[in-house]
Amino acid sequence: MMLDATERRIIEATQAGLPLSPAPYAEVAAQLGLKEREVIDLLRDLQARGVIRRIGIAPNHYALGMVANGMSVWDVDDAAASDLGARVGNLDFVSHCYLRPRALPRWPYNLFAMVHGRSREEVEEKRAEIAALLGAACRQGDILYSTRILKKTGLRIGRQGKA
Amino acid sequence: MTRPLYHPDAVDRRIINGLQEGFALSPRPFAEAAARLGLEEDELISRLENLRRRGAITRFGPFIDAAAMGGAFCLCAMAVPDDHFDLVAAEVNAFPEVAHNYERQHPLNMWFVLATERPEQIEATARAIEAATGLDVLRFPKLEEFFIGFRVTA
Repeated sequence: MMLDATERRIIEATQAGLPLSPAPYAEVAAQLGLKEREVIDLLRDLQARGVIRRIGIAPNHYALGMVANGMSVWDVDDAAASDLGARVGNLDFVSHCYLRPRALPRWPYNLFAMVHGRSREEVEEKRAEIAALLGAACRQGDILYSTRILKKTGLRIGRQGKA
Repeated sequence: MTRPLYHPDAVDRRIINGLQEGFALSPRPFAEAAARLGLEEDELISRLENLRRRGAITRFGPFIDAAAMGGAFCLCAMAVPDDHFDLVAAEVNAFPEVAHNYERQHPLNMWFVLATERPEQIEATARAIEAATGLDVLRFPKLEEFFIGFRVTA
């Protein structure tokens, strides 16, 4: 997915947020010396190519009470992992879902799904839902709760894609 | 990370639940979204300003696929002995390539994400962390990422 210079400028100008004003794309356009129409067309094209995944609100799930989360991990039959991963990712309480390599013998899990809830109990209920969805294709699972944030820098994308 | 809880009223909820995707690419997108939510344009804008000021939403705008901007990412994990944990955490965090780092309850008790400009720098950084700490760095690069249905229901 290659981006040209104008596309990068538009992303850099909007990734922190759109102006909260009646004509936000016109404001972005004025800032970049472009026409409103160009900004809208470029954003539409970026969305069609998957560079922009969606446009909308990023709710702060902590402030809204979703204070518990755990990294659930699953040892899923390789042949079924892709299909099942797609179904797990589609659950509304899963914020990230990936297939990753196992690291045997220390780490038998290949499916990672971050689960959010209002309490540890709710997260455990959601985890049970995932286990039920995976069924017999899943040999074992675990969940890793975070006990401390040791470092957190925003994954804001700079010119070189560096955090 | 602790922030006071925000208690959204019914209109806030409609906005938070209804505006997590699909914001229009048109000259008056707030007017369109407001109509869909049964609000006036100016009311929607002032509600969004308030939600942002109060920390109930962190951002309003496009969500970018990080990989599309270039750069490489890799989840990594280490099994750090308890009596060295804080020292190793400081050593790992000193690498600017470490974007975030969490302590987790597991024998693999330190989990961090490396973010570099070029893919080959992931491996070089992981080796440098191994050299600095004397501990193995397990690499868990993503093999497949799934579409996410995550929606916070307020």
